[in-house]
Amino acid sequence: MTTMQTPETRYTEAAIEADAKVPAIHIWRDFRATPAQLFRAHTDPEIFSSWVGPTGIGADITHWEARDGGSWSYTARGSDGREDFETSFHGCFHTVREDRIVQTFTWDGMPDGVALETLTFEDLGDGRTRLHAVSLCDSFEDRDAWLRSGMEVGVNDGYAAIDRMLAEGSL
Amino acid sequence: MTDPLSRVFAALADPTRRDMVARLTEADHTVNDLAAPYDVSLQAVSKHLKVLEEAGLVTRTRDAQRRPVHLEAEVFDLMTKWIERYRRRAEERFTRLDAALARMQDEDPTNTAIPTKQEGTAS
Repeated sequence: MTTMQTPETRYTEAAIEADAKVPAIHIWRDFRATPAQLFRAHTDPEIFSSWVGPTGIGADITHWEARDGGSWSYTARGSDGREDFETSFHGCFHTVREDRIVQTFTWDGMPDGVALETLTFEDLGDGRTRLHAVSLCDSFEDRDAWLRSGMEVGVNDGYAAIDRMLAEGSL
Repeated sequence: MTDPLSRVFAALADPTRRDMVARLTEADHTVNDLAAPYDVSLQAVSKHLKVLEEAGLVTRTRDAQRRPVHLEAEVFDLMTKWIERYRRRAEERFTRLDAALARMQDEDPTNTAIPTKQEGTAS
């Protein structure tokens, strides 16, 4: 759970750390893109919806105003392999800048819970850009519920597919 | 902070306790063994142990006279499992983001900031 970071560290896959001191989750990931492209992928609703939702389904953007003081909401639909689900989120954009997006994030299933998300795009100078996302939750309980949510909400297409294949005997 | 995972994270927030846990992954130790490398009192070490014990990370055998401290590996595993599952979901999202970024580059051939050599599936 501790992520060792050196200047040479490359995050070709997502690295994650649950902060021990504050109720936050950190994620790092390097992308073969410029900071401007990564920024666009997070602020252009058409592009954002193409990757944020479950594979092959995407998300329906219901409101989108990517500017300081603007707000957003979207609904993701999918299937956990057993039943269909629909889940929606909303929040406000606090800072929308080429190298940094700060926003609030609420899952509509728990409307009183709000996380503060800070995304930074760091130019690594070799055609790659590092995304660092920090989600600061209300409490350790809320943060840990987020971490556990993968166990309860079956949005993991990969695992669902494996389960299905196992059930069908094709694995 | 009443739920088990929060107690584990809080217990591991301290560098001395993290170090003690690291040493316990190799073998059980007595309190005296555990205290040896640190420049703190035996009471301070006992206090750290109590926090680790309350988080369910370590147990102490009641009957043996030496009462060695034992690391409860399952608690560690559970935490690792949760975090790994969360990480994999994030990675799935980022793989889709990779594809979205590759499409953006295809649509914008004037962009010279990106090396033309693409890796693997990006092209």
